[in-house]
Amino acid sequence: MITLAHFLTLGAVLMCIAVAGIFINRKNVIVLLMCIELLLLAVNTNLVSFSRFLGDPSGQVFVFFILTVAAAEAAIGLAILVVLFRNRATIDVTEIDKLKG
Amino acid sequence: MTFELLCFYFFATVAVLAALAVISVKNPVVAALNLVLTFFSMACVWLLAQAEFLAVALVLVYVGAVMVLFLFVVMMLDVDFAPVRKGFVRFLPVGIFVAVVMLVEMLMMIGVHTLQTPLTGDPAALAGMSNMGWLGRSLFRDFLLPFEVAALILTVGLIAAVTLTLRKRTGTKLQKPSHQVRVKRDDRVRLVKMDAVKKGEATP
Repeated sequence: MITLAHFLTLGAVLMCIAVAGIFINRKNVIVLLMCIELLLLAVNTNLVSFSRFLGDPSGQVFVFFILTVAAAEAAIGLAILVVLFRNRATIDVTEIDKLKG
Repeated sequence: MTFELLCFYFFATVAVLAALAVISVKNPVVAALNLVLTFFSMACVWLLAQAEFLAVALVLVYVGAVMVLFLFVVMMLDVDFAPVRKGFVRFLPVGIFVAVVMLVEMLMMIGVHTLQTPLTGDPAALAGMSNMGWLGRSLFRDFLLPFEVAALILTVGLIAAVTLTLRKRTGTKLQKPSHQVRVKRDDRVRLVKMDAVKKGEATP
């Protein structure tokens, strides 16, 4: 039988992969955004499994809201990326330091 | 080992391998496609947890909308990815170290004995309704205001994305319909008084 630990382990593994991805792709904004989506997916998996385990629909409703906010975040993030690339012709995070005094 | 568990292991393996490919491949288009595979496998895992509505929503929202947006942006921007990849090897040990330590810590927490009990029956089926009815009842009864706020957030996101990428170009000639409609006869026609010219009379 599938236990709660199975789902939690899968969520933990996905989250660690996403954190490692943020570390090793420090310069590429596009892959950083993808890693954030992976992090949210891991969190959502935990919420779904706990909701199933406790028999409480609130967890799944929260996943619904997280999906909503993540979609808005991805849209705005990619819009900022497009504007950034149009103005600076680069997506390298280390080169985006115009605000530095 | 039941068939259910076998399916879980298969989907989980595919999801983890695809997630590893997302963070390690060179080409961002391939990374985005691998992310699609990850989301799809995780939707299957959610189906195993009887979260049918969210699994379908994940495929629709993420695979159908967000990832297509990602692919669109990656293909639209003509980015040279060679300089962006430079720090890859330098940060690899740090990244792996942090990830492994985090994983070990989390797995120690998950090893708690109470979590090893198998999942009981589907709570929605126990309540005598489908997953969607179960979820909708809670969503529209207890979370109605957050639901409206979520709609507002989506609207704000839409407007923000459009205004951010809207470009005003100078030097282009545009028709302004409001000005065209508002125009008066006096703006265009000027009446000039002058004497009539008679036949046979020499013009000065």
